[in-house]
Formats: sequence, C-alpha cells, structure tokens
Amino acid sequence: MEVTLTINDRKVVAPEGSTILEAARAAGIRIPTLCHHPDLSNVGACRLCVVTVEKARSLQTACTTPVFEGMVVHTESEDARATRRFVLEMLLSDHPNDCMKCEVNGNCELQDLAYEYDVPFPETGGKRHEYDSDPDANPFVAVDRNKCVLCGRCIRACAEIQVRNVWSFASRGFQSKLVAGADQPMLSARCESCGLCIAYCPVGALYDRLSLKKARANKVRKVRTTCPYCGVGCNMDLNVSDGRIVRVTSTPEAPVNGMALCVKGRFGYDFVHHADRLKKPQVRRYLIEGGEKGRGEAWDEMVEVGWDAALDISARRLREIRDAHGPDSIGVLTSAKCLNEENYLMNKFARQVIGTNNIDHCARL
Amino acid sequence: MTNSMDDIARDAAAFFIIGSNTTEQHPVFGAMLRRAVSQRGAKLVVADPRTIDIAEFATLHLRHKPGTDILLINGLMRIILDKGWEDKAFIAERTEGFEELGTLLKQYPPDKVAAGTGVPAELLYETAELLATSRPAAVMWAMGITQHIVGVRNVMDLANLQMLLGNMGVAGGGVNPLRGQNNVQGACDLGGLPDVYPGYQKVTNEEARKKFESAWGAALPGNIGSTVTEMMPGCLEGKTKALYILGEDPVMSDPDSNHIAACLKACEFVLLQEIFPSETASYADVLLPGACFAEKTGTTTNTERRIQMVRKAVEPPGEAREDWRITAGLAGRILAGGKRSVAAGKHSNWDYTDTAGIMAEIADLTPSYAGVSHERLERGERLQWPVKDATHPGTPILHVGRFTRGKGKFVPVEHVPPAELPDDEYPFLLSTGRVLYHWHGGEMTRRARGLLEVYNQSLVEVNPDDAVKLGLNGNKRVRITSRRGRIEATAWVTDRVPPGMVFANFHFPGDQNANVLTIAALDPVSKIPEYKICAVKVEAV
Repeated sequence: MEVTLTINDRKVVAPEGSTILEAARAAGIRIPTLCHHPDLSNVGACRLCVVTVEKARSLQTACTTPVFEGMVVHTESEDARATRRFVLEMLLSDHPNDCMKCEVNGNCELQDLAYEYDVPFPETGGKRHEYDSDPDANPFVAVDRNKCVLCGRCIRACAEIQVRNVWSFASRGFQSKLVAGADQPMLSARCESCGLCIAYCPVGALYDRLSLKKARANKVRKVRTTCPYCGVGCNMDLNVSDGRIVRVTSTPEAPVNGMALCVKGRFGYDFVHHADRLKKPQVRRYLIEGGEKGRGEAWDEMVEVGWDAALDISARRLREIRDAHGPDSIGVLTSAKCLNEENYLMNKFARQVIGTNNIDHCARL
Repeated sequence: MTNSMDDIARDAAAFFIIGSNTTEQHPVFGAMLRRAVSQRGAKLVVADPRTIDIAEFATLHLRHKPGTDILLINGLMRIILDKGWEDKAFIAERTEGFEELGTLLKQYPPDKVAAGTGVPAELLYETAELLATSRPAAVMWAMGITQHIVGVRNVMDLANLQMLLGNMGVAGGGVNPLRGQNNVQGACDLGGLPDVYPGYQKVTNEEARKKFESAWGAALPGNIGSTVTEMMPGCLEGKTKALYILGEDPVMSDPDSNHIAACLKACEFVLLQEIFPSETASYADVLLPGACFAEKTGTTTNTERRIQMVRKAVEPPGEAREDWRITAGLAGRILAGGKRSVAAGKHSNWDYTDTAGIMAEIADLTPSYAGVSHERLERGERLQWPVKDATHPGTPILHVGRFTRGKGKFVPVEHVPPAELPDDEYPFLLSTGRVLYHWHGGEMTRRARGLLEVYNQSLVEVNPDDAVKLGLNGNKRVRITSRRGRIEATAWVTDRVPPGMVFANFHFPGDQNANVLTIAALDPVSKIPEYKICAVKVEAV
C-alpha cells in the first residue's frame, strides 16, 4: 500500500509505514540528521530532523514519524530551522573547540551541520564536561567522550549489526555518558575490536588509534579492495597518504559485509609497511660462486643480488633439476594468499614449463 | 559454499554449525548469523566439543567428542528417518542411493550414538526435531569437519543430511564450507591442485589434457601429481629435488614441523617467493621478494565463489615485485633453454602486461570463469561462478532444480575412529586451530601492532578440572608433548574445552607452535592431515 503526502508543497508517494525522513529522502528532499543512520534503528534522539506537520501539536521527528494519507509536511519551516539551530548551539556549547587539530576535521557531521545552519562555537558557554580525553588504552579504538554527541549510533551498531552489545549510555540528563559494559575497558566488556562503532561515529569521539596523527580523514586517497585475511571476502577502502596505508575504512557498497569488518581487516594492515618486508632478491653464495650446497656457512650465506641474477640462477637450477631428474622431481606450492591470476600462472608454470602435476597449496592446512 | 552468505543469513530457518568457530574465524559472517538468531529468531544448532563464542547464541549446543562427527550425523539421520521427517518428495525426485543409506543407518540407533558421541539421546532427538521442523536449514562447517582422516566422509555425510531434509538448491539451505583464506577458493579453482586444471577439469581426462596441451603448446603429464603432504616427505625419499614455493609457510602450517624442517633441509633447491623472512625462509636457497595484497591489482574468489577485485594502493617496498611478474620472468627464462620444448599455442606465451590479460586467458580456458573479466568487475557487476559467458549473471546458489551431476547421490559413510587417540602415556586429546586476533602462520598478524598487543603469545586452552589436577597455578606455564615434539606455552584455564582436551594454535613460531605436536595422518582421498586430533601429555612447568 502507498500513501500520498505533501512535503514542501510537493506531492510525494511513499510506501505505507515509511517515515517522513524515508519519504523525503526518496523524493530527493533533504532533512538533516545526526542520530539517524539508514542501517540502524531510529531513536529520534538528536531532534535535528524535526519538521512541521500540519495539524500536529508540535514539531515531529522525521526519522520516527510514519507518513499517513494526506499528511502535509514542511521541512524548512522557520520553527523547524530555529529548533535545529538551537539543538546545534546546545551541542556545540558542550563540544571542544578543537576542529583545528581534530582527526575528522572536514569529515564530521557536526561540522557540516554547524556550517549549514551557520552556528558558531558559543563565546560563553554553559556547563561543560571535562572528561579524560583518552581513558581506554584499547589498542584499536581511541575514545574521547568530550566530543561525543550522545547520538547512540555506536551503541546501535554494536547491538544491531555486530550483536555484541558492548556500548551503552550510563546515567541520565547532563550526566549521560557513553560507556563500555559497566563503565569498564572495552576489551573487558567483551569487545571483539571490530571497530564498527568507529565506522558509525558521526564525529571524532571514536577514532582508529592506529591512525591518529597519520593523516586527516579528508586528506587521503581511498582505494577499494578485498580483505587479505579469511575467505568471507569483505570489501574495504585502504586510506592512503604519502604512499602509505594510514587507515582502513568500511564502505556501504561492500557486497558481502556492508559496513562491517573484523579486527584483522580493519586494524591488521600495518604488516604491509613492516620493516621486516623482503626488499631485494637473495641467493645463497654457493649458487653464485659455484659448488655444492651445504659445504659450509660461508657458502650457504644469503647474499643480495639483482633481479636478473636471481631469476637466471633460479631458472638454471630448476631447468637442471628438471632435465636431470625429470619433471616430477620438482614440486610447486602456489598460494591461497595470492591472486587468481597468480595462481593460474603457477598452475601453468608447473604444467607447461616444468611438465609436472605436482602443484598444491595449503587448502588443507 | 553451495549458497551465499546473504541468502543463508536472510532465509534459513535454522543454521547447523559443525566444526566452525564462525565468530572468530569468519567474524563478519559470524555476526550475520548472530543477527539472524537475535533479530528474526532463526534457530541455531552448534555441534562443537568446545564452547566456542557462537555457542552462546545456540538454541542447542552438542558437545560431541572430537572425531565422532559421522556417529553424530548418522545418529541424527536415523532419528529423522525413524520419525518419518525426511523430505520424501525431494528424495524421490532428485536423489539416488537412499535405500543404501537407510540400510546403513540401522547401525546407528540413538543409544549407541549417545554413548559414542557423549551427547545425551534426548538432545539428539531435540536436534533432529529442530532440523526437521525448521526448513530450510543451512549447514556450515570449516576445518573442524575436514581436518580428520575422515574429512571427506564427514563432508559427504553432511551432504547426506541436507539431501535427506531437502535443503539443497534453495535459498537458506545448502552445504557450506567456510574457506579459511582469502583466496583458497581461487587457488583451487585455478589449477592449484595436483589432479585438476583450472575449473576442476581433470588432468586424467584425455579431452581436457588435449585442450591444455594445445593452448599451452606443450605435452602435459596424465598422471595425478603429489599433494603438499606428499611432496614434503618426498624430499627425504629423494623424490622431490626442488620446490618452488609461493607465499606459503610449511614450517608453520604443516603438521609435524620438525619433520617438515628436515624435509626442506634435505631438498636440493628451495625457491621461496615471500613478503617476509618466514620460518620457511631459513631453508630457502633463493628468496624472492613478492608484493602483498595492497601492492597489486587482480582478483580473489571468496568462500561463496564471488570473484572480487583487489586493487593496488601502494608501491611494493624496495625492489619487491608483483608475484605474477616474478613467475612470468622465471617461466620465460626456463623455456629459453633445456630439454623441454614449448610450441606456439594460443596461450603458450608468458608476455603478460597486466593481470586483466591473465584473466582473459583464464576465461578462455575455464568454463566456470568464462564470463569473468576485470572490465565487468570494474563496472560493479557482482559475479559468483559459474559465470558461463560474458552476459551470464553468475550463480549465487548451486544445484537449483538439478544437481550438477544430475541426481544427488547419497553416499552412506561409516564411523572410523581417529588415527591417534589418547592413551595412558599421552592422556590428553589435542585439537588445534586459530584465534580471532591472529591468522594462520601469523606472518602478517604478528607484524600488526594492535593485534600483537591484544594477543602476544600462544595460549593453550585447558579445562579448569584438568588445571587443578595438573597443579596449574601461578604462572600457568604448561609443557605439552606428543610423540613428535614438545611445546611450552601459557595455559588459558577455561571451560571452553571439556576435561581431557586441550586446544592450541599455530600462530607463534618455534616452541609455541602447535604443529610441532600434530600428526601427519592423512585422509586417504583429500590427503588432509588430522590436525584436529592427536594424543598429548600435559605437564605444569
């Protein structure tokens, strides 16, 4: 069933049961939100999506109010805009004025709304929270409650997508604050370190610790790729700055995983730039200077060589062994970590170049 | 997987997880299943000797004894048959061999199965009833099912169960092995196995061989090659003289590490292409620096047969190169001389300029990848094989309406005990696996700062009752000894494991690596080692 309503003097048709917000967005009409996220349930907490509904007693939250036949909605009424501005003033009155050094500067929903509604940081404020700016030594998630806008998106993401229920609000009113478990460190509150709470945080209250001070969120090049760990095949964006991966972020366009990633996918990328990485081909000295393997330490020492030398030596040895002992004296182990194209080439290498079916990989291991 | 993760999470009335620690090993899929259980009331049966995390969400948790999977599955099928809960129409229309299965199941009455598995008979009945009344149900497993000397039989028995319940070829059903590595599916698909060319075309099939001989311009062998578990011992027997290893770490990941090290040492020439100086690197004669996932462009295939792009984001360090370039460089050099000649063929050359060109060659030779191209993937098309041609949309669910082989065949399988069970000298059962914060041999995750901070040493799970008996207190260090070796590690005293069982991982090298202990007893068909069961002695240090 569909219902017809009027939004900003436009006739809009929406499925019965949709919210005003859904109907408006489907029709291309913008209503600002902060606590709402399309992947999560609606709680109507932030009051930024308030709109005027004719004949209603007061402003209605667009994210929780269902549409009905003949409804007349004004999203940009003076009343709604003034309320939004007031809500933003309240939020900013208890928010640190440190955008200059904030990780998410330029990629912050609160900043965007303040810009849109022309709300400055208040000159003189009311009561402010003075939380410890990094109270949890969690290796992955840096928490700064001073920046928290109490939207609860992290709480709902953890409960509704990850189904782990680590986060919640403690206390009431001005004392309300975000806590893990019974106000304890995240890891002892059974956190699985998936980082989904960071992905849904609209501000800089939850941020990747590994990425702090690496590059601002809006100053990176994002490269969409597939995770290198398990077989689920999550897609994610490598955030690159100055030739290095500085962060991994999730993307709603990922076919398998949506915004979800696990701890290894989101936080297990720094091996890429580890100092242990092999950087030059190496061969044992006996291969360069002639002679037998195992004649002594000096002969078996690894020495760095150029690519041509390394490939020439390897080709020579493999050819000699193939020609002397037959193709089945050579075994090829391909890799479940490498690309399809590379695995195909290893299969072609074993069968065409060597002439053996001795090819396998660690599928069983 | 015959099905896709999204249809399973969306449409299954029940999940049967056996031998998969889903939330730790496939965490994102694990969370999808938790969502289905908590938000839409899907039922969950977990069969696992350990109280793994997802057991918390289970409607029923069966802690059967390790190595009794067939007893358990046969026992459940027997109850289903006794109660008349089987899908008679599905069996009649789409399967064969049902009579033989019925005959075999007579030997698996509930009391006998309860005694053998340690699962109470009432729980067996409850499970059978849950599966019978919640359709479709999807079965998921991982290495807990396959890493046994009866790995293949275990898998066939789960297929029997799903056919008996008519859970095949439907959204929310199927038999669904969860692949442990990002591209283990692709490595299997593209000829990284000793018996098949790309697309599972058998090397023993004359027609397939001719096709590849003509494409590659070379005479190809018709004998099935050796598996890794055969090649390695071959080094000591003088059969294997050289190994070309790409991105694998047998010293960490193969069973009986000490033996593997001896094999590699005996090998005349070991060429290793790697990104790190792995535990295996110390046995290499030549070490070539490859590129990791972030440094090259190409595709991988996930556990549900989905082919996806991997894209280059950064340059490889130093002189490291993309692995496909290294292999091609090596191939060209070998073919330039020596006894083996290669004639001109459509795909005999190695002059690739990018991986898109390699994929075009794959598509030309591999029916299940025939319609796959980088171009389609870059356009945002979502492809799961078989992708039969350039316009085919791919196949999210296999065996819809008809099995690939025609009729689905019930293969009755009998319970066979594990190769090495505890005895007086080695009274504990050791099972091995991975943990959430690490991955396989640990070459990558031990070099990721945050992961190492949370989990920085091997922990061996020991039941509290055993801990008391062993006198584990204070530093909780344990020495674990099998017939093959000895490790020392810190105990995690936890009732995740039942009394008499310990669980260790193979993420940390040297005397923390559980594979020093494991047994190279192999499944006769798949040659998979029985990592999940061997006998050990546990002592406080």
